[in-house]
Order: sequence, then structure tokens, then C-alpha cells
Amino acid sequence: MSSVATETAVTIRVDDQEVAVPEGATILDACNAAGVDTPTICYGPTLTPVNVCRVCVVELDGSRALVPSCSRPAEEGMVVHTDSERVRHSRKMVLEFLATGVDLTQADELGQWAEHYGADPDRYVPGGETMNEPVRVQDNLYIRDYDKCVLCYRCVEACGDDAQHTYAISVAGRGFGARISTEFDVALPESACVYCGNCVAVCPTNALQFKTEFDLREADDWRPEDQTVTQTVCSYCGVGCNLELHVQDNQIVKCTSPDDHDVTQGNLCIKGRFGWNYV
Amino acid sequence: MADLHFGDDQPTDAERAAVDAVVPENNAATVAETERLVRGGRSRRQGLRHILLPVLHSLQHEIGWISPGGLNCAAERLGVPPAEAYGVATFYELLRTTDPGHRDDVVHVCVDPACSLAGGGELRASLDAGGAKVHASPCLGQCERAPAQFVQGVGRPDQVPADNEEDFRLPQAGDPRLRVLRRTGVVDPISLDSYREHGGYQALARAIEMGPDGVIAAISEAGLSGRGGAAFPTGIKWRAVADEPGPDKHVVANCDESEPGTFKDRIVCEHDPFSIVESMTIAGLATGAVHGWIYIRGEYPRATARLESAIAQARAAGLLGDGVSGRGQHFDIELRRGAGAYICGEETALFNSIEGFRGEPRNKPPFPTTHGLFSQPTAINNPETLINVLDIVLDGPDAYRSVGTERSPGTRLFCLSGRVAVPGLYEVPFGTTLGELLDLAGGPVGSLAAVLLGGAAGVFVGPDALDMPLTLEDAREAGATLGSGVVTVFDESVDMESVVVRIAEFFRDESCGQCVPCRVGTQRQHEVLVELQGSGQSLSPQRAELIDDMALAMVDASICGLGHTAASAVRSALALGLIGNSQ
Repeated sequence: MSSVATETAVTIRVDDQEVAVPEGATILDACNAAGVDTPTICYGPTLTPVNVCRVCVVELDGSRALVPSCSRPAEEGMVVHTDSERVRHSRKMVLEFLATGVDLTQADELGQWAEHYGADPDRYVPGGETMNEPVRVQDNLYIRDYDKCVLCYRCVEACGDDAQHTYAISVAGRGFGARISTEFDVALPESACVYCGNCVAVCPTNALQFKTEFDLREADDWRPEDQTVTQTVCSYCGVGCNLELHVQDNQIVKCTSPDDHDVTQGNLCIKGRFGWNYV
Repeated sequence: MADLHFGDDQPTDAERAAVDAVVPENNAATVAETERLVRGGRSRRQGLRHILLPVLHSLQHEIGWISPGGLNCAAERLGVPPAEAYGVATFYELLRTTDPGHRDDVVHVCVDPACSLAGGGELRASLDAGGAKVHASPCLGQCERAPAQFVQGVGRPDQVPADNEEDFRLPQAGDPRLRVLRRTGVVDPISLDSYREHGGYQALARAIEMGPDGVIAAISEAGLSGRGGAAFPTGIKWRAVADEPGPDKHVVANCDESEPGTFKDRIVCEHDPFSIVESMTIAGLATGAVHGWIYIRGEYPRATARLESAIAQARAAGLLGDGVSGRGQHFDIELRRGAGAYICGEETALFNSIEGFRGEPRNKPPFPTTHGLFSQPTAINNPETLINVLDIVLDGPDAYRSVGTERSPGTRLFCLSGRVAVPGLYEVPFGTTLGELLDLAGGPVGSLAAVLLGGAAGVFVGPDALDMPLTLEDAREAGATLGSGVVTVFDESVDMESVVVRIAEFFRDESCGQCVPCRVGTQRQHEVLVELQGSGQSLSPQRAELIDDMALAMVDASICGLGHTAASAVRSALALGLIGNSQ
């Protein structure tokens, strides 16, 4: 017998496969274990699921409505369908809905899923409401382009309880008018923001991006295919955060940290994230 | 929690006083007792968070808006991050976060169907011409006396002008068959003695004799189901809460009715408030909950005042607080005002609203019976459901089942408005037909075109549905719903296109914005209907398909009931040919 307590396993059926996952795992975990690829937007491996985007919904036998796989715990004997007509329809509609009001040109993964499910955002009433927000360039570190925002709450979570505990931003307003905002939309330097950039790291649509990336894109010179990524360890303090330096033309253009790194779980502080000008 | 950052904006003296009135400085999140001793910390902050909405109400009421300085003061006092406090403030219709530039009262005038039919548009225009600060509002819950206004005071109490003129009388006054409404309009609503003279507090005494299990068994046998719209069996709900361990459980009366066409909570809270306090106390006894909460619409000043008075009188008489009725059980009630958000009638959104967060519904499961208010077990009920408990406890399940049908026992309240001779609140046994109900109200005015059952979240039915018995099972079979008891009547003269466009606009405005299907679906649905309205054409097959596609996604993938029902009235209007057909 191993001295490590074995976790209780829960067996559920995903499409035509039986999958065993540890107790407490979600349906999404079971889908991943079964090798079923599932689209997600608001889900992040390091964040508490908020299940707001609804793109990961699956059909669960015995449930009237579809259920979000990212947050629903797997229970013994569940039977889940991930590619039924209803599932494909709701996923298509979520992707279609987002594309009608949000600029998804820099959300590559979403674009691929939209194509997969046959989303057609052009069939809506012309001239409908869109996000319609100016790009907020308020400092030299990162920009906020809410035309690209899908309101997935990931930045709010990362700024708040899930990582930074700074609470500089929240969702404000209601309905289609809801926006990510500081109090009274004050500029970031006047807000509680500490410029850790952890919101930038979790943004799925590039609504939040490094100023360096933004400037290069404006100059039509952002070339991911020409970039290299160098792994290193941050030199500022003794914690030992892993850094991934993204380099284009021998210049660092942005800095990330791996989600699965024990120490950072993708998070950094202002120095690690933005303090590389000296290199 | 990290140190919070507050901007430089300072409150005025008046703003500070408005905050002080709700949270005095010596009860702040962080209090410096001496130079070396400071009270504060995470749990203290969490314990104060539920006072955020009352503080924001106070600022709005005293100042006329919530300024950056005022918000800072409130947020600092409670230890809430200012961005989160701003997120909460911007969630509610009755709270302003931009300077209105005046300190005048704001007159809210209803633009929903019953009031529009009764001249709401003209009333708005004439008030506007008279120099009043007018705000177009969703349903104000006064459909029986349309067109409705609500005056939001600045530095003065809020008022409903119709309250001052009203000599209240139920249309069915004196009818011996009334049960839930037996005391309404008869008892003096501000006198505990009068309530007792009319049989008040006999049910609580009986419930104490029966014990928790006896009460829950009686309710289950009676077959009481929730009257807020979902018709969930009350006995099962209470049993589930009773089975949870510990005393930190809650009973919540959901008096946040905001469904266009609903006004029953207002009438029973205004005219029979003690019955709500008594039945909640019984619910506390039955479920073992010690905390009671009443969450009431912010647009109901008179009902709020009367409930507050009833709670205070009951407390003074030993009917709330430690040892209710001389027994060991503790139960007390706190009242909370909403601030203008339809979604806060959804039970989990209501919990978030009380807790000081944005009124966004939570994903279920877990359900409120295990993870409700403050994530503790909670029995949340509609006032009509609660009042039914009194008769069940006093007279027993058999007497209760003597009216109604086998599967829908008892009576039901219906809110009649629109083109009907005597609009008002009616109580009839389940199984009464729609036609009989309309006859009770003097019949339709003009040539009947359609009836909206269940409000904006309900469905339109045509004149052929007059024979339909009003029961849960018959409504379900007909693809309709009784919902919260709304019956809005339309005759041939009504422009149904504008009614349906308004319903779609209502959902667009009231969606909390959290989940994509509802946030975007309600917006796009409204756009399709606006396009149709102006076109003079029939609905094209492509647009019909789009409406169906959007509806299915909202039903299947939305988080809560708002999204699930946002397309139902629209689609039923199309199916009945009320709109979409240019001939």
C-alpha cells in the first residue's frame, strides 16, 4: 500500500466512453481525460470557474437545460453528450453572438471554434449594437481594448480573489452595457492597479495586451512567426519565478510565465512582467 | 485581503453623514481603538459587506447620486474595494453614478404594457412639460391603477402618489371564499392587535404545538407549491433545509416582484404585513432557521414602511427575537430594499444582492436549500406561498385541499390588468377557467385579442384559451404558464407589435449581462423585432429561423430563468399571429 491516500474515483460516461476521474473533478476534466476537445472562453486552469461564457456546455441526461462542463462536478453515473445537436447549436450561438458585437480578430482559438461550429455572425440585423469602446492607452505597460472584450471575467478573477487580491477592476453596468471597469472608469494609474499584468496573462481575446505588442501591431510589425521564446528565471528576488521572454528582432516584446509552473501558476509581479528594459 | 487603494476624491459633509447614518465610524471595517490597537481584518470586512446596498441607498437618497467621494467614503468604511462598490452601484436602476445636475425628485413613470394602454406615454409627456424630472421605468407594480408613477425623493421620503389618494378595497371584498386575501383590506395593517383580532398568531401557536416535523408534513400533504413562478413543492424545500445541520440557516421572503403585470406582493405587504411576519416565523420554526430576511422592491415605500412597522411590533411583543412566543427558539427578521433590478427576484441573484455583490444569479446546483444566503441553507419563498402556510397549519391539509384540483390544490392569486373592466388582485380556486376569472373582473373591455399569462416571462394565449382551467397541469399542457399570476388583457385596438417590442426591450434592459446567451441574445432579439416593427412586412423565414435559434440557445444555455424565458412571450405572439404578419 502506498502511504499516499488514494483518491476516490468517479466514473462517468462521456459520449461513448467510460471515464474515471478523481472525486471533485469537473465534467470538463472528464472530457479532457476522454480526449474530447471542448471549447472554453471564461475557463482558465488557474482560475475559479465562473461559467459565464456557456461555450463549454454539454448535454447531461436528466437535466432539462445544458450544463457548463467547466464548473459542474462529475458525479458517479452521469451520462454526458458533448456533440449532440443541442450542444452544437448552443456552442455555435455563443460564438456567433460574441462575433456580432466583439472584435475577435486576435482571438485565434475562438475563430477556429467558430468555424468548427459554423457560426454565421452576418445573419443578424445590420447596424446592431457593439461594444464600441475606445482603446485605453494610459501608460507604457499595457493597453485595454474593450472592443475585443467578451466579458469572460477572467481579468477580474485574476485581479481579485484568484491571484492578485488587488481588486482594481470589476464588472460595471448591466446587460449588454456591462463593461470591465475601474471605479468611475478612472485611468489605471489612478486606480488600485499594481501592474502585475496577471489580467493580461489570462485575457483570451487580446483585449488586454502589452504596450509593446500594441505598438508593433499598430506599426503592422507584429510577427509571432518570427518570435522565439526563451525560458529563464526572474533575477529580481529569491522566489524563482519562471519567465518566458518572447523575442522578436532581438528585442523582448512580452513576458509570460507558464500556467503549470509550481511557483507562479502563470502569475508574475510588475518587475518580472514588465521590468526587462535593462536586458 | 490586500490593502485597499482609494482615490483622492473626498466626501462632502452631507455624504459622510449619509454613510454615518447606516454605518457609524465606530463600526467601520477598520477602527483604531488606540494608537496601538486596531480592530479590523478579513472576517470583519466580510461581515460588513451586506451593508453595502443600504449605504448606497442612503447616499442616493440624501445626495441624489453616488459621487466618487461618496463611493470612496462608503467603500472605505466597509472595507470594500471601490471598483467592486462601483460595480454594485451601476447594477441598479435606482442608483445613479453620474451627476444629475439637480437635486429634484425623480418621477419614474411605467412604460410597460398595462400602463402604456392606460396613457402612460401621455402622463410622461405632461409631467415632462410641467418641468418634472421624468424617468421611463419598467413595471412599477401598480398595474391595477395604471398609469403608474413612483417618486424617488432626494432628501425627502420616496412616494407613490396613488397611495395618498387610495381608499383601498379589493374587488372581491367581503367574499367569504377568500383565503389568502381574507384579511387584506379588512385588518388594520399597522396594528398587531387588529391582526390578532382577525385570527393572527393562532397559526404560530398551533405550529409550536405541532413541532417542525408536523408543520412540514402538513404542508407536504396539502400539496402547497411555490407561487413565485416555478411552482416548486414547498414541503420538499422546507424539509431539505430542516435536514441541514446547525442553526445558521435562513428564511427569506422574496417580495421583489418585478414581473411586468405583477402587483400581488405589494398589496399583501401593504395590507396584511403581519401575516408575512407570522408565516416566516413558522418557516423558521419548521426549518430550524434563526435568520429571517425580507427583500422588497425599492419602488414599494408604503409596503416597506408597513413591514418595518410589523417587524418592530412583533419584536416588541416577544413574537420575534429570543424565545419566540415564550419558547427557546430564536428568530428575527431583517428587511432589505432592492434598488431596481428585475433579476434580483431570481433567488440566487437576490442572495448576492443582500450580500452586497452584484445581483448576478449563481449557477445551480448547489441549490439554496444547502448553499443559499451567505452560502448557508436557505428556504426562500414568495409571500403568497408563505401566507398559505397559515391556513394549512390552522385548518389542516384536508381543509386546504377542499378547493382546487388534485394536482393543484388550494387557491391562486391573479393580477388582472389591461383591457379588463375591473383590474385588481383576485383570488380564485385553482381550476377556475380563464374566462371565469375575466368574468369575475367584469369581463374584457372591447373585443378580446389576447391575454398575456405569466407576464413578460410568460406566454400570450388567444380567445380560444378562455376555457382553459387555471391549474399548473393545464397550463403546462397548453404550453402556457401561470408564472407569478399575471393576467394582462389586450383587445383588438392594441398595437401588439409595440407591446411585443417593449417586452423584448424589457429583457434586454434587465439581463444582468453575466452569461453570453442572455446578454447578447436579448439584445439581438430586440433588434430583430425593432426591424420588423418599422418594416410593414411579414417576418421573413430567415428572421423567423434566427428568432428560434436565439430562443433555443437562451433556453438551453443561459444561467437562470431570465434567459430561459426571455423569448417565450415573443415566440407565442408570433405563433398566434399577433405580430409578424403584415396582412
